[in-house]
Amino acid sequence: MIDWLVPQVSTFAAEIDNVVNLVGIIVGFWFFLTLGVFFYLIWRYRYQPGVPTTYVDGTNPKHKRFISIPHNLILVCDVILIVFAVKAWVHVKQTLPEPGDPSHADHHHGQGEQVDKVRIIAQQWAWSFQYPGADGKFDTEDDVKDVDELHVKRGFITHWELMSRDVLHSFSVPVFRLKQDAIPGRVVNGWFEATQTGTYDLQCTEICGLAHGIMLGKVVVETPEQRDLWMTAHALVGAAAPILALVLTPTQAFDMPTPAPTPTPNK
Amino acid sequence: MTTTEHKHDHAHDHSHDHGHHQQSFFMKYMWSTDHKMIAQQYMWTGVFMACIGGFFAYCFRMQLAFPGIHVPGYGQVAPGEYNALVTNHGTIMIFWFAMPVLIAAFGNFAIPLLVGCDDMVFPRLNRLSYQVFLLSALILIASFFVPNGGFGGAWTAYPPLSANASYSMTTLGSSMWIVAVALEFVAFLMGGINFITTAMNSRAPGMKMFDVPYVVWMIVVASILFMCSVGPLIAGAVMLFFDQNFGTAFFDPSRGGDPILWQHLFWFFGHPEVYVVLLPAMGITAEIICTFARKKLFGYKTLLYSTFATGIISFFVWAHHQFIAGIDPRMANIFTVTTLIISIPIAEMMFLFIATLFGGSIRFHVPMLWALAFIGEFLLGGVTGIFLGASGADIYFHDTYFVLAHFHYTFVPIAVIGFFAGFTYWFPKMYGKMLNETLGKIHFWGTIAGFNLIFIPLFFTGAWGDHRRIYNYDHFPELTRPELQDLRIAATCGLLLMIASQAFFLINLIVSFSRGKKAPNNPYNGNTLDWTTPSPPPHGNFPHDNMPVVYRGPYEYGVPGRATDFWPQNEKA
Repeated sequence: MIDWLVPQVSTFAAEIDNVVNLVGIIVGFWFFLTLGVFFYLIWRYRYQPGVPTTYVDGTNPKHKRFISIPHNLILVCDVILIVFAVKAWVHVKQTLPEPGDPSHADHHHGQGEQVDKVRIIAQQWAWSFQYPGADGKFDTEDDVKDVDELHVKRGFITHWELMSRDVLHSFSVPVFRLKQDAIPGRVVNGWFEATQTGTYDLQCTEICGLAHGIMLGKVVVETPEQRDLWMTAHALVGAAAPILALVLTPTQAFDMPTPAPTPTPNK
Repeated sequence: MTTTEHKHDHAHDHSHDHGHHQQSFFMKYMWSTDHKMIAQQYMWTGVFMACIGGFFAYCFRMQLAFPGIHVPGYGQVAPGEYNALVTNHGTIMIFWFAMPVLIAAFGNFAIPLLVGCDDMVFPRLNRLSYQVFLLSALILIASFFVPNGGFGGAWTAYPPLSANASYSMTTLGSSMWIVAVALEFVAFLMGGINFITTAMNSRAPGMKMFDVPYVVWMIVVASILFMCSVGPLIAGAVMLFFDQNFGTAFFDPSRGGDPILWQHLFWFFGHPEVYVVLLPAMGITAEIICTFARKKLFGYKTLLYSTFATGIISFFVWAHHQFIAGIDPRMANIFTVTTLIISIPIAEMMFLFIATLFGGSIRFHVPMLWALAFIGEFLLGGVTGIFLGASGADIYFHDTYFVLAHFHYTFVPIAVIGFFAGFTYWFPKMYGKMLNETLGKIHFWGTIAGFNLIFIPLFFTGAWGDHRRIYNYDHFPELTRPELQDLRIAATCGLLLMIASQAFFLINLIVSFSRGKKAPNNPYNGNTLDWTTPSPPPHGNFPHDNMPVVYRGPYEYGVPGRATDFWPQNEKA
């Protein structure tokens, strides 16, 4: 149901929407059933002169089963929900798919031929991004750095590492159905794979002080060729990084020591 | 049981009129140890705080519906002020409205009357509890007026934002906020000791454990939950205060601290806290439903055991608030299981309430309307929680307006509807006057319509991607579509309707106090002991030489073969 309102732009967006739909169907059934019985009883047993009440205390097994049967059915529904919720969670949050990963390709229609890497840095009140450049390693000469706009390749598995320079922030891209808090002193690893080109909102969803309400960014999903082009053009600008560092001071935005990564369980 | 102190003080005025033992104003209102007086002080303080919290809600909802306008009665809402408004709205409504009204006010008022004793076991501790509570409320109010304004780091106060003045920019406000919250907990610890002890030790002769009215059990269980969960948070509050003021680094990662630690301490308290306020509201609902449906409670013991199960499981669900907070992702799986499991006892409790209506003879008096509304509205709050407890779905919903709408669908039924249910039910007993039914019904329908009009649109804005604590969505291109803004305006209109409806409550109070019919001892033909004393009950509650003796359970309505459809607990067969 979420996709009526917000487009699905990552491989796992549909999976999360399916969990939402499943919960919606099960929960909606119980909600309307209970509410229906509730209103029926209110109407049926409204006060009518001369009609006495029935003395029922709920210990008779014949009456008790009206509680115990729904009780057991809800237990079954809970088990179903747990299975699907955990399955989606494990795929989105607990794994870091590699290229050609069969589980990734089979179940989630990802092309996922190649991996792209990005480091996301949150601070009061801006997003900055660091790309590893041609050598695929962070904190080397050819890194490309930018603020406000995250450029990612469509059809690539993007591995990100998320960190914060001051307080808690939260990296949220609604069209990806992705959200993750950034914690100072820790590196959180994760992934997504964008499926459609376009420009999308990046929100900070954890209150982070005065300008939390305007802490926004953009996610630009491009074809790999466009992104490579942007990267080449931007590498020249990136050489002028001191200008950016001025924006991001007091301490230097990109020279912060990398904290030891917290272990992310892989599979 | 009469306390020793009480015997000395008041033994002589039980059998006489109050006339010749007139207490001074100070002793009567400022230093009274009478549970009914303390209950009213808690209640009206809570209602006063709710007015402040409601005013804050009005200010920020106006800003959200019409960004940048000059809010009538407040002025323009700046971003920092917006943060302070939402923070203190949440803090006030939970800690200074729901807690004092549901636990302290109704617990103080109802427990001694329902178990048939003359006062709380520790009347002076009770008095101290209110004084500390009042102090905490004054500190919180004062924090709005210090330089840089009140604390604006959300009611959850996650560090490092809350721990470091250079991040939060509210040097004094955040310290006063944490001191006020900690003091408030101290007050409720003292209250909780009283409720548990009184309910356990002061029951009238003959009242067995399963003859205790359900609401008393609920307040006892809630007090136990509170006492077991609050310790970690008080420790956390001290650590946060030290981080703010003395340069310690409990939560500062750059010096070896851990910001996630606070989240665990906060939510280890924060989740049971939901049940701490929920259970008394459920108890009040049970009393009212039995009285006005003329029915015995369906499955009293099952209900009680479900409550115990809820209470125990509530200690194992806290990290569902932190799924995406950066905890080890494997933990989310365990907490998804416990969170969905807790839906079972809660659903069972709701089913038992609904089953109680079966075969009844339902009178739609104002308290009954509130009690039925509690069940209907809380159902929606309960089921929407499943979306958030299911970890996979929570990745999307976390920190959106969907969460906000969900917990308002639990907290508004608990605090607002629960308060009005209990207040209209016990008003004749509290003040000896009957409330006006017509005004009460207008107030009821206005409040319910307004409440639903606020939060149903917010489920949709949340599903559409509105994230929380944003003072102006104009900056987010995906969130500027006119349909979303229409929903936000609808929610604000709902709030205005809900606030306007409270005028009928105020008029009802004025009319009923001045010209209300005199309330009989037992206006609803109830069974419980509170209806056997005069309205309002004198100091000492029951005639000194004729304390009640209990012969049966509290819900013997419609017993076959009796002339009347009720059978008071203290009536000999």
